[in-house]
Amino acid sequence: MIDVSNGRAQIRVFEAGKGQDLVFFHGAGGLMPDDPFVARLAQHYRVHAPLLPGYGDSEGAENFRDMLDITLLAGDILDALAVTNPIVVGHSMGGMIAAELAAVAPQAIAKLVLICPAGIWLDEHPIPDLFSLMPHEYPELLFHDVELGTRLITAGLDLENLEFLAEFLITAGRQLGMAGKILFPIPDRGLKDRLYRIRAKTVIVWGDEDKLIRPVYAREFSGRIPRAELVNVAAAGHMVTIEQTEKVVAAIALVA
Amino acid sequence: MKFTWFHLMPWPNLAEDFRHEHRSVWVDLPNSVFDPARGHEVYNEYLDQLEYAEQLGFDGIGCNEHHSNGYGLMPSPNLIAATLTRRTSKAAIVVLGNSIALYNPPIRVAEEFAMLDCMSGGRLVAGFPVGTSMDTNYAYGTVPALTREKYAEAHELIIKAWTEREPFAFNGRYTKLRYVNCWPRPVQSPRPPVFIPGGGSVETYDFCLENDYNYSYLSYTGYLRAKLLMDGYWERVSERNKDDSPYRAGFAQVICVGETDEEAERLYAEHVSYFYNRCLHIYPGFADAPGYRTVKTIKAGALSQMTRTASEAIGYMSWKELVDDRYIIAGSPETVRQQMEELIKTLRVGHIFCLMQIGNMPAEKVKHSSRLFAEKVMPHLKNIWGEDSHDDRFWIHPLEERAVPAPIPVAATAARPAMVAE
Repeated sequence: MIDVSNGRAQIRVFEAGKGQDLVFFHGAGGLMPDDPFVARLAQHYRVHAPLLPGYGDSEGAENFRDMLDITLLAGDILDALAVTNPIVVGHSMGGMIAAELAAVAPQAIAKLVLICPAGIWLDEHPIPDLFSLMPHEYPELLFHDVELGTRLITAGLDLENLEFLAEFLITAGRQLGMAGKILFPIPDRGLKDRLYRIRAKTVIVWGDEDKLIRPVYAREFSGRIPRAELVNVAAAGHMVTIEQTEKVVAAIALVA
Repeated sequence: MKFTWFHLMPWPNLAEDFRHEHRSVWVDLPNSVFDPARGHEVYNEYLDQLEYAEQLGFDGIGCNEHHSNGYGLMPSPNLIAATLTRRTSKAAIVVLGNSIALYNPPIRVAEEFAMLDCMSGGRLVAGFPVGTSMDTNYAYGTVPALTREKYAEAHELIIKAWTEREPFAFNGRYTKLRYVNCWPRPVQSPRPPVFIPGGGSVETYDFCLENDYNYSYLSYTGYLRAKLLMDGYWERVSERNKDDSPYRAGFAQVICVGETDEEAERLYAEHVSYFYNRCLHIYPGFADAPGYRTVKTIKAGALSQMTRTASEAIGYMSWKELVDDRYIIAGSPETVRQQMEELIKTLRVGHIFCLMQIGNMPAEKVKHSSRLFAEKVMPHLKNIWGEDSHDDRFWIHPLEERAVPAPIPVAATAARPAMVAE
């Protein structure tokens, strides 16, 4: 646990591996302690994966209300980790936060990887309303391999069991309650007008079959970030980190 | 006891196969389902019913606020209340209420409620709901986890705007106003009675107790299932060492009265079925935006209605099941009286919000049921908490002398063309 933002947040950080520093900001769904993507990254890098307040046992969600609060929180976390010239990687909501931070503090981040980041909205390609989804609707949107997704997400879910339902609602309420501050009801807090400020060497990774944030959004990001390279990954949905882990690891190596 | 005749203002023309054609009556039901010309009739019919309820002797007439909702055509309850100020003269006008987190700036609510209180001569009951997730988060886009903080700040502003007599600056997180200066201000001093509709949030109990606000549970599932929740409320009252005046609490109840039990079923069953089967068909994903409820409230329970089985089951209950399980109170005046008495005593409530226009129930039946209730049931329940029992803190204080709308002079109408010609 680290104490950051002048005592306003207590952050759990998963740390593993040796080598170059890599900081990973998770998506709205959070991170499991045995996350296979983080484990894989740890074979190459010194990985630091902080959990935002509201996720796991990280606390302080009530002190962070909007994009600037959360961007500065991410900056405070980077400072507290005492990393040197890290690769900053963010997935989905984590990509939105990483991109904001790289735009707000361009001198601080030299290597940036955005994996199907949120943060831009195109009227012609509306992003499904993550917040009103029922758990059984997640796999279809998040995975190219829906069967795999179903196994990973809904295994052991029994929403007719009241005790389980309460646990589930508490976790969802804490996590998506926090995520909602930058994603609800429309995941756009003006990022696209700030992307020009990013100085980092940037790689953008997108699953070709992403049904949550369609690959058309990749062009928006790569067109607006000055030194961006786009890596499209076949046979992967929004959870490209799980479905095509090796391709994502290879893409990260482009900025290392 | 105080009885408020309460209108949900449902759209009465949802198709038979509505449940199969649409996933929800609320939030994303296309407005192609709504027919404005029919809407003209419906609004006028519903206003007639509220006005009639005053004639019957109900203590209050009430409405609430919903958005993008096929069973609640009142996005602006204040418009409904405003028309009621003119054609009624005695009944409390119970607006349950304005979802204050949704008004920007929320001083708008202080102003409109003050207007209603002045227009009605001090008959306003001011409701401040947090608002359902469907309304507040999905239809109006408020960030779920910030809803309660926004609500609390709006409440602080409104009460201060009503009670301060000099302009002041308000530096809130969500609202910043250099000059808060509420014109008009309410007739009732220091403020109209405040009612908070709640659904079991623990924080809301305390909020009501700290401010002497009425706590009202608006449920469609009847008093047997409400017992647990209301027990929790009364426990909290006792823990906080507050008096246990029944007028601290209210409950909404679907009520259908016929001359006999059989008549009630014959007259009202199809409309009750319309309400439970079609009007309450809500996509579960809209019921509770993540972050809208506090962890404390989720832990306190009240989740049993949230399983998919439970929410599906309610749509297909028969008249007999709804009556036997006391979802609705229906039958002859004597049957209704007995069950109402049980409701009032077991929940310990001083206020009942009588839901008597149910689903697509036509005007004649609404009048019949309301009249039987007013004449044959209400008088027997009136003094349950003692002869002329009353609690000043939780009811209106109208002006003794109130203005009456003047008749429209016929001559003025005739003179108009001449004036235009000038």
